[in-house]
Amino acid sequence: MTTALVDNGVNVEALLGAREAFADAPEIAQFQWRSTVSWVGGTHSRGEVQTFHGFGDEQTHRSRFAFDIDHPLQFAAQDNGITPVEYVLVALGGCLTAGIAAVAQQRGIQLRSVQASVSAEMDLHGILGADPDVRNGFSSVRVDYRIDADATPAEIEALVAQSQKRSAVYDILTNPTAVTVTVS
Amino acid sequence: MRHTTTVVVGAGHSGLAMSRHLAARSIDHVVLERGGVAHSWRTQRWDSLRLLTPNWMTRLPGFVYRGDDPEGHLGAPEVARLIEDYAAESAAPVLTGTSVTALSADTGGYTVRTDRGTWRARSVVAATGLTVPVRPALPVPTDVVTVHAADYRNPGRLPTGGVLVVGASASGVQIAEELRRSGRDVTLAVGEHVRMPRTYRGRDILWWMDASGLLDVPYDAVEDLARVRNLPSMQLVGGRRTLDLNALTALGVRLTGRLVGIQAGRAQFSGSLPNVCALADLKLGRLLDTIDDWADRAGIVAEPAQRYAPTAVPTPALTARLGAGAIESIVWATGMRADLSWLEADVVDRRGRAVHDGGVTASPGLYLMGLPFLRRRRSTLIDGAGADAHDLAEHLAGHLHTAVRRAS
Repeated sequence: MTTALVDNGVNVEALLGAREAFADAPEIAQFQWRSTVSWVGGTHSRGEVQTFHGFGDEQTHRSRFAFDIDHPLQFAAQDNGITPVEYVLVALGGCLTAGIAAVAQQRGIQLRSVQASVSAEMDLHGILGADPDVRNGFSSVRVDYRIDADATPAEIEALVAQSQKRSAVYDILTNPTAVTVTVS
Repeated sequence: MRHTTTVVVGAGHSGLAMSRHLAARSIDHVVLERGGVAHSWRTQRWDSLRLLTPNWMTRLPGFVYRGDDPEGHLGAPEVARLIEDYAAESAAPVLTGTSVTALSADTGGYTVRTDRGTWRARSVVAATGLTVPVRPALPVPTDVVTVHAADYRNPGRLPTGGVLVVGASASGVQIAEELRRSGRDVTLAVGEHVRMPRTYRGRDILWWMDASGLLDVPYDAVEDLARVRNLPSMQLVGGRRTLDLNALTALGVRLTGRLVGIQAGRAQFSGSLPNVCALADLKLGRLLDTIDDWADRAGIVAEPAQRYAPTAVPTPALTARLGAGAIESIVWATGMRADLSWLEADVVDRRGRAVHDGGVTASPGLYLMGLPFLRRRRSTLIDGAGADAHDLAEHLAGHLHTAVRRAS
């Protein structure tokens, strides 16, 4: 296994460089992520993401990204987009998979294919207010990876474990977060 | 104002090992100690605690274990006595009951202020050890008794109700076990941990780590030094048995994820328990692979290689009620840190942690000892003080030499 021949398309040097830069100027590590969500009609909204703050400055994506959020026909909705909870699954799978690519690159492991199946269990009694003992959110989340890579099964398991250890969305889902909602 | 060449702060195993090496180089010095020799071994250990390392590993410069139980594990009072005997045998120039309050550097050396007068020295070695209990700042309900592992003594001093032990390092697993055996309902909050079998292939796990050179891995050969220096202690207990999470589950200890908050009188636990267990299992597997490879190459005759069952992860509770009839006490097994408040700001970072290169600070003539993975993996153990003191005494002697040359 030689690092030089491995290319997962992740610039690990840049990531490690950022960690070193943070040591000298810890304040530039403070980021703010943003989204605006506008109601379209019914349960349909459109979320947009363009700017964020980090590295000590205002930053912008290459373009404005837009996402339709709705509920399926089975909920008597128009199904103009996936549900908010499904965006959470997408976010978790995307975060863990990016982490796997980065850790694999750093460890000199060439990936050929990576696929996550993300699923979450939810009891609708919660959001419908039908049973106060049932929470609104997921009762559990499962992620199952199929990974084809130049590595032993133990090395692949270690990649997946390390990715969880460093994942923002995994942390957001497994630990409490203070949330403040205001009206202005 | 009194003068000496080197002030050593702390008369524990690290400071005394340094004293021994300084004496061997005829470097005039004094060892300042806030309490008595081996102070924290007398004041910050619970009753049943035994050293994690076997007696044969209790090695210091000029001292090896000569007793009749090389595989035994000393209790805290015995460790204190051993260190005291070592100080006497070394005729170490220890000044007890002397707390260092401030250190300042100037041309030519250091001014060391204490509660019993001021010293001038050309070099200083901070060998204070880890003496300050670290505990998370969480709003614990007032009717819940809390105690840090450094102040915990035995189950009898805690309420008889449920106990939450926070942290699954050596102290956390040991305290959880004895509280469970006392008949209490015990919850163990588990973050990242280092799983270890006590014996492997018929020998102590530390024998393997010692013999294979794993304990001698130098600090500058480690890819992520910050990570290894912050690792919790190995899940070991002095004695012959393995005390991992599976052993605790079998005893009836309830495992949960890391304690991440307290809200409305309920403890909140992370949902990351499966992953921290997977990380520890995988890490143990890699350690055993390394040991097996070495045993093959070195031609070690031992019992056959084996692998352990993965940590059985329960469906963990995400919250638990704190207070009467539920969890009535909390034991913080959340680690200790060094008290470096008396050092000048330029050798500590913005979070108060020492900045050093293998114990050598940016302030010429100022050294640190007794910190995890200071110069090698062994640095974390009593057994590591000798090699660290050797290396740093050599550096210190070089510093004195060049400082004299520069002055003349």
